[in-house]
Amino acid sequence: MSERLFEMIIWFVAALSFVLIGTLIFDIGRLGTSGLSFDFLTQLPVNSGRAGGILPILTSTLIVLCITLTFTVPLGIACSLWLSEFVERKNAAAQLAKIGLDALAGVPSIVMGLFGHVFFSQFLGFGFSLLSGGLTLSCMALPIFIKTTVEGLTALDSDWRRQAAALGLSKTTLVWNVLLPASSPAIAAGLILALGRATAESAALIFTSGYVDRMPESVFDSGRVLSVHIYDLAMNVTGGDKAAYATALTLTALILLINVFVIWVSEKWLKGGALNL
Amino acid sequence: MFKLSSFFRLNLDLFWGRLFGILTAVVACLVGLILFFLVRESLPVFHELSWKDVFSKSEWYPMSGHFGMAGMVFATVAVAWGALLAATPFGIGCAVFMVFLAPRSLMIAMKMILAIGAGIPSVVFGLWGLTVLVPWIAEHQPPGASLLASIFILGLMILPTVALTSYSALLSLPSSLRQASLALGIGIKGHVLSVALPAAKNGLVAGMILALARAAGETMAVLMVSGNIAAFPSSIFDPVRTLTANIALEMSYATGQHRAALFASGLLLAICVLVMVVFAHFFQRHRIHE
Repeated sequence: MSERLFEMIIWFVAALSFVLIGTLIFDIGRLGTSGLSFDFLTQLPVNSGRAGGILPILTSTLIVLCITLTFTVPLGIACSLWLSEFVERKNAAAQLAKIGLDALAGVPSIVMGLFGHVFFSQFLGFGFSLLSGGLTLSCMALPIFIKTTVEGLTALDSDWRRQAAALGLSKTTLVWNVLLPASSPAIAAGLILALGRATAESAALIFTSGYVDRMPESVFDSGRVLSVHIYDLAMNVTGGDKAAYATALTLTALILLINVFVIWVSEKWLKGGALNL
Repeated sequence: MFKLSSFFRLNLDLFWGRLFGILTAVVACLVGLILFFLVRESLPVFHELSWKDVFSKSEWYPMSGHFGMAGMVFATVAVAWGALLAATPFGIGCAVFMVFLAPRSLMIAMKMILAIGAGIPSVVFGLWGLTVLVPWIAEHQPPGASLLASIFILGLMILPTVALTSYSALLSLPSSLRQASLALGIGIKGHVLSVALPAAKNGLVAGMILALARAAGETMAVLMVSGNIAAFPSSIFDPVRTLTANIALEMSYATGQHRAALFASGLLLAICVLVMVVFAHFFQRHRIHE
């Protein structure tokens, strides 16, 4: 095989991959825009979603994401700080905790759905509800968020820790005023990854937050998220393809929006933190 | 006064340390809790049936008490390995292209499309497979929803993951390797095949194992394009049903033994995937250049 042939093969393989993924993205855009409109986002679904809009589904999705965030961010930051600041790197308990987190990240989403169904819906008695769904998603988001945040914290200049010790700052002050603001880009990156995964999730939510496409009235109501709506329209509703693609475009756009928003917030936070130092 | 304040300050540090430690322990024990509940819910099925029956037979008729999962286990393995084998050459090809061949603008475009592809939800891959790919396969070889369609969609889904992990594995190699190759007059082909890929081997393998775990655990995309018939496929154009799809399809109405059998398949799946994740970490830890 000559040098030239090898390069041609690589170019061909890369071009084919590019075209395949590009076609998928293009199709979602092309088929999605024909059904997408302002009315689609602000109306109730009619006729199992064939007509009307996705307002209750969009609302359920946002509520589930808020619940996920409420549990993931404080818990995740607490775990990351403990793993990176409060114990030695070689600490046996910390090593064990890291293995536990890695294993948690590997649990398939449908298995997580089974667990959420038994534990949150039945054992804790939350039933088919947005709360059960949000908690199940938190279990999936936590290991991703913690991993990225710990990496961000460990990458910080260790001189800062020594300087803080020389100035007699307490660990609490060091963490809140120096390390957390400085690692905000990593925290934001972790949030993007975790929220993106949570927004895309469907298998874990069928048996926890459920199928109901009514407007949820509280977090104990069942609600259908965007990804479950796409699945239902495509598989169980004949003639639902157009609405399915419009929903798919909404979902993909939502994930992109979350990325942009989190980057923007982290930049603001970083500036504030840097000035306060 | 000074002593008092420093006393409180120390205690505050201690307080946060303890609190954070307890919270970490709780989160780390979640995976144990998951396994515990899966075992608890799947126990009833083994009171009357043996492991051997469940995993050696492929008759899945839950209503009459036949819980043979062999066909679905085979489908899960075939779909996951098929997807990995299909995606790996493309993924590594993309990575080599971005690191060694692409002009800057194409490299950025490639990276962007891979990042977007990695963020697209699996249910959207399934939707595209169901409405574009399956009808296209059905034109040539009915019924369309098949093992082939599942492998294609899953392969496409893990392609960005394989490409991006391979890319970072290749980028993390020291530049001295490339300089040495250049100094010896070794071209791109020789450098990639005999230097870069072997040196990045552990990173590449770790990425592949993670992609395999993701493919084996995937539910919705496969469910939408596989045809969902619980039997051994006789060709690549036959419909199949994976373990994950089986859980998603039947869990909503399953009771008693049937429900326990579904939890048992979930447990089996979780254990397989956890073993793969541990393997991946073994490979990542033993990288040559760190």
